[in-house]
Amino acid sequence: MNDSIFLDQLRVFLARPGNRSPHNNFLGLEIVHLEHARAVLRVPYDARLAGNATTGVLHGGVITTAIDSACGVSVITALGKRMGIATLDLRIDYLKPAQPGQAVTAAAHCYKVTRNICFVRAIAYHADRDDPIANCAASFMITSLEPAGPALDEAAP
Amino acid sequence: MSFADIIHAARESRDYARLGQAIPYMDALGLSVEEQDGRVVLLLAAAELHVGNPWKQALHGGLIGAVLETAAIVQLILEPDVETLPKPINITVDYLRSGRVVPTRAVAEVTKLGRRVANVHARCWQDDEARPIATLSGHFLMT
Repeated sequence: MNDSIFLDQLRVFLARPGNRSPHNNFLGLEIVHLEHARAVLRVPYDARLAGNATTGVLHGGVITTAIDSACGVSVITALGKRMGIATLDLRIDYLKPAQPGQAVTAAAHCYKVTRNICFVRAIAYHADRDDPIANCAASFMITSLEPAGPALDEAAP
Repeated sequence: MSFADIIHAARESRDYARLGQAIPYMDALGLSVEEQDGRVVLLLAAAELHVGNPWKQALHGGLIGAVLETAAIVQLILEPDVETLPKPINITVDYLRSGRVVPTRAVAEVTKLGRRVANVHARCWQDDEARPIATLSGHFLMT
């Protein structure tokens, strides 16, 4: 399939309420950019998700979730086809605390696809990609060539 | 109640109910602390809002990492002399099995507690502790 057609279909598909991840919805995580092998997602600041009530700094788990989601979407755009995938491992370096009150953006690049495994790099940042909050290396397993859920080009119910 | 008071209540009176006041994310997710066989266990209640993949009803991988990271932090603040909330330096999460929407438990073990840096290993499971769904190793800044 042509890559830009696939990306357009994927955008529409992922925007449908029934296809959205409930946990990403809970965090308010949104896709802001998709291209071949790359995905950028953003999570708004929410004091309820702080890891430290005194400082209001977001819990590392919010960053981890935003990064994991961005990595997963970048794998799908790298594959050029929806497939069943699962995170195999994720290593995250927390470079500096997130600033309270600011949204966090996670940008992932799936830089290598093999028959079974996909390799991803990602960073999280506020406004400046060159001043990241976190750096990540992850790998994903392709668990099934036929993913669960409706086909990408299936009409919305 | 100050953060130090909350830690002391947890450490000395085994009163973990207020940890969510110090760590709001725990309350938001429905993460609580219980004692089981003399050890501290984190419990993530089953909830639809934890689902990452809507078609497979699987827990979000990022959330599983978050539960493990929180288990590590809670275990660290129960160590004597720890007065500040440990900050994660890096974590590595290995995903072993897909998580279902059922109660999920996590325990952590402090491998090394230095003055500045601690090393912690954590694991989580669902029905059977002998079949963990994910493990974590991490470094935390203690200052």
